[in-house]
Amino acid sequence: MKPSRLSNCGNWVLDRFPVTKFWNEHMAHYYAPKNFNFWYFFGSLALLVLVNQIITGILLTMNYKPDAKLAFDSIEYIMRDVPWGWLVRYMHSTGASAFFIVIYLHMFRGIMYGSFKHPRELIWIFGMLLFVALMAEAFMGYLLPWGQMSYWGAQVIISLFSAIPIIGDDLSLWIRGDYVIADATLNRFFAFHVIAVPLVLVMLVFMHIVALHEVGSNNPDGIEIKESKDPWGHPVDGIPFHPYYTVKDIVGVAVFLLFFATVIFYMPEMGGYFLEHANFIPADPMKTPEHIAPVWYFTPFYSVLRAIPDKFAGVIAMGGSIVVLFLLPWLDRCPVKSIRYRGGIFKKALFLFVVSFLALGYLGTQPVTPIATILARLFTTIYFGFFLLMPIYTRWEKTKPVPKSLTKAHSLEEQLHAIEEQIPALIQEITELKPVVTEIGHPAFKSSFFNRRPNPDGIRNVATRLAKKLIESLD
Amino acid sequence: MKKLIIILLLTLSFGAYANEEIELQSAKINNSDKDSIQRGAKHFVTYCLGCHSAKHIRYLRIAIDVNADPQKVLSDIAPEGASIYDQLHSAMNKHDAEKWFGTQPPDLSLVARSRGADWLYSYLKSYYVDTTKPLGVNNLIFKDTAMPNPLWQLQGEQHAEQRKTIYGEYTKLVINKPGTLTENEFDLFVNDLVNFLVYVGEPVQLERQRLGKYVIFFLLLFLVIAYLLKKEYWQDIH
Repeated sequence: MKPSRLSNCGNWVLDRFPVTKFWNEHMAHYYAPKNFNFWYFFGSLALLVLVNQIITGILLTMNYKPDAKLAFDSIEYIMRDVPWGWLVRYMHSTGASAFFIVIYLHMFRGIMYGSFKHPRELIWIFGMLLFVALMAEAFMGYLLPWGQMSYWGAQVIISLFSAIPIIGDDLSLWIRGDYVIADATLNRFFAFHVIAVPLVLVMLVFMHIVALHEVGSNNPDGIEIKESKDPWGHPVDGIPFHPYYTVKDIVGVAVFLLFFATVIFYMPEMGGYFLEHANFIPADPMKTPEHIAPVWYFTPFYSVLRAIPDKFAGVIAMGGSIVVLFLLPWLDRCPVKSIRYRGGIFKKALFLFVVSFLALGYLGTQPVTPIATILARLFTTIYFGFFLLMPIYTRWEKTKPVPKSLTKAHSLEEQLHAIEEQIPALIQEITELKPVVTEIGHPAFKSSFFNRRPNPDGIRNVATRLAKKLIESLD
Repeated sequence: MKKLIIILLLTLSFGAYANEEIELQSAKINNSDKDSIQRGAKHFVTYCLGCHSAKHIRYLRIAIDVNADPQKVLSDIAPEGASIYDQLHSAMNKHDAEKWFGTQPPDLSLVARSRGADWLYSYLKSYYVDTTKPLGVNNLIFKDTAMPNPLWQLQGEQHAEQRKTIYGEYTKLVINKPGTLTENEFDLFVNDLVNFLVYVGEPVQLERQRLGKYVIFFLLLFLVIAYLLKKEYWQDIH
């Protein structure tokens, strides 16, 4: 076929299908702020992980058997006898954890730079719905290997529904399809995991992105770039997403894949966090494991559940810890978006929130002890305090003036360069020169040999300066 | 000050779980030691297969992975009458097992992944004579285990002795009646067996680690190219 014929065919399609329009709207003519930093990689990475999960998931279903008698063995069959099955399975299991790492960082970015605020409330709501759908997807997927932890984890979580008054018992029975987790449960979870929830996820991702491209991306400065436009109607501080951010995101993808591959090839169990040890024992309804812990990404919420003495109240609190995130755009009363220009009280509150989230996550992986329960209650209080006290403390905030246009983003090389320039002065400061006492007492030799040794006063000065800087950056 | 309290609280929450457990002895696991795996396979078939299966591995796969002649594996390792395509099935059926031991001995294909190599190594070495138990033995690592000690002839009879030090009491296992193997030989024996079980837990692990190098090397190269491309595109953005 001649090239002209080929392009005619292409044009025939383009005349009838708005590919060009779609491409321009969302890639080539979509203007994004030019100062995106490290934190802005995680949106595209989440998309990458979603695609990874869908492709490896499809491959896994080709050999997986959703049957209580066959499920566990079929996974081992995939791991041993299916060509490259082990790689596909590890990509899927590591991908699940990677998904949550990426999503948690993506959400943290949103909170830090105020990406949930007006006019992006709906993006946040779609994102939160995505998060809930993702949790459902992960929870149901975790039952499929039919190991001890799959089985008893699901048993614990589904029994939570029975805590609801009046309808509770019937509801949990209806969800399981049996009096215990059984074949019926496995089959329906399989159906939800491979088709129902993924469809919802893909649809929500579409809505999340459409909503984002309607109002435009936020940025680390929290400024609306659409407010200052050049004569051609493009934002002064914006650059087309393609090619600038596509090439930049490829760098992020490469770094992400390096970590991802390291886990897959060298530590697929991740010390029992990505693949739990007890899940290598087939599910046994007659033997309850001594210690049931959900996979790491659920543990903060599981900790909240365990921290409350009453079961039903615990369920409410666990649900509340997620619902409260939905309300974030209306809880935060501060008009300034980015943490760069917000007051110290917000920075401190956010810091406390991150600490309590991590601590709850850790406590959730551990067995209950009296001290652990007290700590879990303390951190649960901080978790809810961050959100529920927000309308009060964000009003007092002493914010800094927000600049009209974007501040210059320092590239990595510039930062490295700046550090490099400071090094000689720093060495000068933390060390002192001492003339070497030579055996030859002649004055001609006296000043020609010097010895550099650490200077305690200099080191102390530098350390205090750094500590002061660190504290200032928090205020 | 606040931060200091938080850090203290955090460290406290990590310290909340410092409980005392019997310290496990560490096995020297080396899956590239094919001879050790082969010896372990032989030990497994001789001492374990009577009750425990390892149904996720076949004799042929073992032969391929340890670079041995399938015929040799069949004659040296596999029990009489086994085919090279057979999985490592046990001869004991569920009904008998429940009658004799009260429970069916678990399949051991994945035991190294659920219990860990060190646990298995310590467990197999920690049997001691306890006449109050129906089987006459007990185990330090797994109290009141339902499994008799299949290796007692090799190890000899161990007895538990309470020792006192200024730090507190602890139990020490002492061999009273020596077995057919010396202590070092027995350690090597158990180590080979555990090495084999680790291999059976994930036969692909050597292949995975070998491939990983190439993948990571490619990704590093890809990262450099992607970074240079990004720099090229972004040079006019200020």
